[in-house]
Amino acid sequence: MAIMSFIFVFFFFSSLQPILSLYEDQVGLMDWHQQYIGKVKQAVFHTHKTGRKRVVASTEQNIIATLDLRRGEIFWRHVLGPNDVVDGIDIALGKYVITLSSGGSILRAWNLPDGQMVWESSLHGPKHSKPLLLTRNLIIEKDNVLIVFSNGRLNAVSCIDGEVLWKKDFEEESLEVQQVIQPPGSGFIYVLGFAASSQFEMYKINAKNGELLKHESTAFSGRFTGEVSLVSSETVVALDSTGSILLTISFHNGKISSQQTPVSNLLEDSPGLAVIIHPSVTGIFAIKTDAATIFIRVIGEGKLEVVEKTNHETVVSDALSISEGQQAFALVQHAGSSIHLTVKPAHDWDSNLLKESIKMDQQRGFVHKVFINNYIRTDRSHGFRALIVMEDHSLLLLQQGAIVWSREDGLASIIDVTTSELPVEKAGVSVAKVELNLFEWLKGHVLKLKGTLMLATPEDIAAIQHMRLKSSEKSKMTRDHNGFRKLLIALTRAGKLFGLHTGDGRIVWSHLLQSLHKSESCRQPIVLNLYQWQVPHHHALDENPSVLVVGRCGPSSDALGVLSLVDSYTGKEFSSLSLVHSVAQVIPLPYTDSTEQRLHLLIDADKHAHLYPKTPEAIDSFQSEFSNVYWYSVDDDNGIIKGYALKTKCSSNVADEFCFDSRELWSIVLPSESEKIITTATRKLNEAVHTQAKLIADQDVMYKYISSNLLFVATVAPKASGEIGSVTPEESWLVVYLIDTVTGRVLHRMTHHGSQGPVQAVLSENWVVYHYFNLRAHRYEMSVIEIYDQSRADNKDVWKLVVGNHNLTSPVSSYSRAEVITKSQSYFFTHSLKAIAVTLTVKGITSKQLLIGTIGDQVLALDKRFLDPRRSVNPTQAEREEGIIPLTDSLPIIPQSYITHSLRVEGLQSIITVAAKLESTTLVFAHGLDLFFTHYAPSRTYDSLTEDFSYALLLITIVVLVAAIFVTWILSQRKELQDRWR
Amino acid sequence: MAAVTPLLLLLLLSSAPSFSSGSRNAYNINGRVKIPQGPGTKGYALPGRMSNVKVLLNGGQNITFLRPDGYFSFHNIPAGTHLIEVSAIGYFFSPVRVDVSARNLGKVQAALTENRKGLSELVLEPLREEQYYEIREPFSIMSLLKSPMGLMVGFMLAVAFLMPKLVENMDPEEMRRAQEEMRSQGVPSLSSLLPGGAMN
Repeated sequence: MAIMSFIFVFFFFSSLQPILSLYEDQVGLMDWHQQYIGKVKQAVFHTHKTGRKRVVASTEQNIIATLDLRRGEIFWRHVLGPNDVVDGIDIALGKYVITLSSGGSILRAWNLPDGQMVWESSLHGPKHSKPLLLTRNLIIEKDNVLIVFSNGRLNAVSCIDGEVLWKKDFEEESLEVQQVIQPPGSGFIYVLGFAASSQFEMYKINAKNGELLKHESTAFSGRFTGEVSLVSSETVVALDSTGSILLTISFHNGKISSQQTPVSNLLEDSPGLAVIIHPSVTGIFAIKTDAATIFIRVIGEGKLEVVEKTNHETVVSDALSISEGQQAFALVQHAGSSIHLTVKPAHDWDSNLLKESIKMDQQRGFVHKVFINNYIRTDRSHGFRALIVMEDHSLLLLQQGAIVWSREDGLASIIDVTTSELPVEKAGVSVAKVELNLFEWLKGHVLKLKGTLMLATPEDIAAIQHMRLKSSEKSKMTRDHNGFRKLLIALTRAGKLFGLHTGDGRIVWSHLLQSLHKSESCRQPIVLNLYQWQVPHHHALDENPSVLVVGRCGPSSDALGVLSLVDSYTGKEFSSLSLVHSVAQVIPLPYTDSTEQRLHLLIDADKHAHLYPKTPEAIDSFQSEFSNVYWYSVDDDNGIIKGYALKTKCSSNVADEFCFDSRELWSIVLPSESEKIITTATRKLNEAVHTQAKLIADQDVMYKYISSNLLFVATVAPKASGEIGSVTPEESWLVVYLIDTVTGRVLHRMTHHGSQGPVQAVLSENWVVYHYFNLRAHRYEMSVIEIYDQSRADNKDVWKLVVGNHNLTSPVSSYSRAEVITKSQSYFFTHSLKAIAVTLTVKGITSKQLLIGTIGDQVLALDKRFLDPRRSVNPTQAEREEGIIPLTDSLPIIPQSYITHSLRVEGLQSIITVAAKLESTTLVFAHGLDLFFTHYAPSRTYDSLTEDFSYALLLITIVVLVAAIFVTWILSQRKELQDRWR
Repeated sequence: MAAVTPLLLLLLLSSAPSFSSGSRNAYNINGRVKIPQGPGTKGYALPGRMSNVKVLLNGGQNITFLRPDGYFSFHNIPAGTHLIEVSAIGYFFSPVRVDVSARNLGKVQAALTENRKGLSELVLEPLREEQYYEIREPFSIMSLLKSPMGLMVGFMLAVAFLMPKLVENMDPEEMRRAQEEMRSQGVPSLSSLLPGGAMN
């Protein structure tokens, strides 16, 4: 009866608000959105007197963005395609941003104020070459012209409409053009390069029509490395391929003259291999060796002079012309916890235009790049501002010895995310400043009531909105009852760990991992994954939770591993380990030790298993579960899936008792000529399933096959592994498998003919949903497979239950060969997919929804009921009551169910769902270049009052009820009195 | 019937003017995105917003942007069948199947995949506008009454005012009998339930 009434109340509430979406004024209540641009590769300032001061930047994530120079906010940005790498940017005519991308084949102009693309031209040429965009604009017959060298062709492009005015091919096979220069004020262009890597070539070209004026070449005995540094308009410096001889080449008046200087002449000690680092300050260039950075000045005819030699990490900016004929450049050096910014004029090394020392957060690492810009101070002297890019990819603007603004652009390249609980609220801790007093609380609710009754003035509405958005409740640093407040721990590609608060997305702490820093022992550190190391609850509550960061020293899979343990509350790295073995796979085991440290099994490239933490206690608890540990590996290249179990202690290494040998249990070899593995998916380890039984229409029960060892594998024809349209439907197919990873049993295999990848898949409970491209219909499709345990289905017999002859209590095990049946159905889906996930709730009672990251970088919530293989065109009455939706050929896209509403999560990569403590709610975090976080309730928040709930209305109701009671009481009294008089 | 329609469309398309150009095996696909700018459009279609429209080829393999007049082009595309998608906040576009013919010098045929409608020109228009937010219904007495609290009040009032009326309409004989019955069972009246009732 209680359940019935609960259900009644539930339906009653849900029928009132049948839609799952958001009102416009609720934006920002539960969700937050942060925009990033990534690691800046090139930056150009736009600081004219009129208009806002901006900086245009291109980044390693193929983004073009303009930022506000005052506050660092994004004015606009565009994300180019994955292959559309930006080669160069510039500002033309003072109003267009010019970008050269895709290896020099696409030239685009964007309107500076609003980012609208103005024109686009495609530049083709005879062969591939290094793309060069000449950064100085040329004026030919009143037309501003851009000179672009790409694909072996020199193009002059009009700035106004992108039209190619003239072009000149350099078809010589071996010519590698290194520099294109245009001496200021002259009407010609020099094209400099190497042919057959030992011959220096110089072409002089008329800038007006592309006519070849002169061609000179000189041969050298050595070979060139490639990079040349331009030290004046008619001199270049190059290094030979051994890195030990400097060549100074001048081409005054079309005559080439050169001089060779061994690097060892300039330096007493042997420098090792040198590289030219900075190519464009007049008269000065720098070479970098392992130990030092050396600045060298060119004096007169090829004479070189060392001006400074420094052992510090030094970064140099491009030259900036500050006044007629005068250039300046910036140097940034590290010294302890601060950095020194020096701006020097190009002609005089010993004088400084500016020398500042700025205190820098140690967690940002080294400076990687610096860009400078100047302004005229009120006293007519030159002031400088510098934009610096740090090791953690953050971007900072320095001006007058202070950091004006900083952007944490490392968050644009998140590799892995995990969550951590916040500290428990302690009795002694005062929270008075965030608690409102009763009067304010009441006032707030009266305001809200006014809002609902449409009586509020515009000021009131603004006050209400402010109150809702700035609710201190959601950004407290303590655990809350509903489990909405957590720490999101994000690991970025730069090796920095961030702790973000789920309430408002602020950075609580950030830490550059020292153990994954470039060092002598670890030259090329790569961060891989993040795991929850210690999640204390119950008896170990006073311990702080911690996370495990796994990395490796080098790109290959057999490079040595690095482990680092970080405290989740403070972000401090409390322990790190340099491993003596590689890390191919990390398996978090479902066992913990007495301090709640989770046991992890690290599998190395030789298939040895290593147990962590290395404590006797861990090994004791592991011994008892020794025979229950299984894992699998997927070899994409060879199409082999293998299953393993533990065998014995490592035979090779006697001293290491935490190392185990493995034995191969099974393997599935897919025919490499017809199938290529493209996607695998498994169930989330922490997913809870409420019930195995599924009630269907006619009082019947189906038992879900729930196994945590289920693996979904999708393969395509090797021919069809390319892009869409590269194969015909006849020669492409998609095969999907459901495999039990303990026994290697293939539970289900299905072929989709005429289909191809990419495949995005999600596996949950007893179903898998995957998305692929159907070539015959030329549309995307989504399929669902549900898998049921048939061996339990005959428990329906009441007599068996009474006699006790049933197997309902037998454990679900991979050893018992359960008889399974599968049901499957396919539907069309409009969009391409970037990511797919499923909602996750704490007990798994709430119905599931799929979260689909579309190609438009939005996240769409789709009810799992739309992907139910039992859908049919005409469901029976009983099926309708069960909630089966009539079958349609395509899945609906309801705009209101975009959980990102009108926002885009640019460059969407993955969607992470975390269960809140409240059963109805799941926390969704989507990341790519942008970050987006929201709460989502797949079946509405049936277990709590919504934020919209009007307490004032409740109070009024109570008052009205009490008043009504009194009125009726008086009336009844009066009536009774009358009755008695009668 | 469904199989016949695309065939008919293909026939129609083959006579349509070509809208691509190129050389050798790589062709250009040129097209246009048209967003209706009527009084009914909601904010998204403002001129500045046009810059946020992206055109994607084959699931994001190539991405291009719109010129101010809505034209876009993909360069260096091999002959074959491709898929073009338009991403614009606030609008729903159908993906477009584009066939670039190798024999006919990169002649392009296009059809919407959502409704299999052929396009004689590669002009993409949104199928519908997308409204991401619920519209707040204006305040009305009905919605207040329909809320749980309103229903509570309503029920209470109904009991308080309609019940006595029902009682009045009863036959006086029966009424007396019922009252006596109630007294004998000791069911207290409303007034005696309340603290003031005891004073009577």
